[in-house]
Amino acid sequence: MNIYADNAATTKMSEAAIRAMTDCMYNYFGNPSSLYRTGQIAKEKLEEYREEIAKIIGAEPREIIFTSGGSESDNQALLSAAMIGKKKGKMHIISSAFEHHAILHTLKKLEKNGFEVTLLPVHENGIIRVEELNEAIRDDTCLVTIMTANNEIGTIQPIGEIGSLCREKGIIFHTDAVQAVGHIPIDVKAQNIDMLSASAHKFHGAKGVGFLYCRRGIVLSNLIEGGAQERGKRAGTENLPGIASMAASLKQAVENMESDNAHKTIIRDHLIKGLSEIPHSALNGDAQKRLSGNVNFSFEGIEGESLLILLDQKGISASSGSACTSGALDPSHVLLSIGRIHDVAHGSLRLSIGEDITIEEADYIIENVKEVVAYLRSFSPVWRDLVTGKKEFILK
Amino acid sequence: MALYSEKVMDHFMNPRNVGIIEDADGVGEVGNAKCGDIMKMYLKIDDDVITDVKFETFGCASAIASSSMATELIKGKKVEDAMALTNKAVAEALDGLPDYKMHCSVLAEEAIRAALDDYNSKNKA
Repeated sequence: MNIYADNAATTKMSEAAIRAMTDCMYNYFGNPSSLYRTGQIAKEKLEEYREEIAKIIGAEPREIIFTSGGSESDNQALLSAAMIGKKKGKMHIISSAFEHHAILHTLKKLEKNGFEVTLLPVHENGIIRVEELNEAIRDDTCLVTIMTANNEIGTIQPIGEIGSLCREKGIIFHTDAVQAVGHIPIDVKAQNIDMLSASAHKFHGAKGVGFLYCRRGIVLSNLIEGGAQERGKRAGTENLPGIASMAASLKQAVENMESDNAHKTIIRDHLIKGLSEIPHSALNGDAQKRLSGNVNFSFEGIEGESLLILLDQKGISASSGSACTSGALDPSHVLLSIGRIHDVAHGSLRLSIGEDITIEEADYIIENVKEVVAYLRSFSPVWRDLVTGKKEFILK
Repeated sequence: MALYSEKVMDHFMNPRNVGIIEDADGVGEVGNAKCGDIMKMYLKIDDDVITDVKFETFGCASAIASSSMATELIKGKKVEDAMALTNKAVAEALDGLPDYKMHCSVLAEEAIRAALDDYNSKNKA
């Protein structure tokens, strides 16, 4: 059995996306900036894709710029909003403790340049509280950036409420929606979103392509200088085949969203129920307000990397918040932010399931995770200390 | 494609000398759960020779493989020779470890030494 359960890391390209991409490569190879027919056809396709994508998230085509993916979009959004704030003497930014590193590292950079950053707590359920955001807002707050859905634990943030609060206060609201676009409904107008980052390979499009939505009237600063592509806001010849794949895969993802989510929710809850039977384990993040594809567990007394490698031997691809999987010393900042202490954060498992997963596959995952956790515990000195009462269990 | 050598995978999948020794002559534990690695070594020593060794490890695949290999390298050896075990020897016997996993072999060396120190201190007393 071979089960890919790491769709939050990347997804397999859909047939529609591959077709759109190769179709573009065969037929629209021209440079959209060229004035002859071959170039202009490419330009027409580029604008067609832009229109399709804009429509899906409720934006105007001119509010979409194409980028290399989520990280670039996040960087450009934050640096642009900071620049606007600085001009007005507003140098305070609010974000959350469990943002992606594309956000957190950019905020660090801004801090070095004189900005002040407040990171909101995300609490045990992995969801920020709007009243705490309201309290954190100051006269000099220029930007609020909160992710739509967390990449590790899948928890969904109250984006609409955050949006209306920020709009009311006249503060730019950016959301890193990399895990959410194509998976949950998004309407930038209804939700009062000013800026939004997305990445194609998280919804069955190609890697290395994404987009940044930026509400009309908000001036973007360039990360990449050069030609006048993307209304002068992102230089470099457009990745037209990649963009074609993104438009096609997003369209398909949105068309099937409701039925995909219904199916994935059943499987997700089945997995949660099954894995909960493992003693001294706990689900990370809110059980309901989470992406339909995300399951994240901590198992006491074991370490996540060895768990992943044993699961890989059984044909299951998954991920972990253990430090050992990244080469870092600390385990996932996301798990620490929801109050999991180091010992327990190291023993975590993230399963991010795809649309085609079956209930039999979920059973196979449950059976094997149970087996592997028991095996690793059988020679874990930590587990021995816990069961012999030398140490107290953290997860009851 | 492989993250680890075949030897590492073999010792991770089929670890040697796993378990505990109830009446061990030396026990050593190093590392901490906060960092994600703990190794515990149990030694049975007769006439200055390590007649049996067992380990328990909480950690990643390379930590488990390093523990397993370290026990193999010292089993049947004299205490003095076991004291000379280096992390490099453990890593080499595993056909190498990724750079950022070398600390696992260091931990194995330290665990063996801690168990031997425990034995030595008991024997002097």
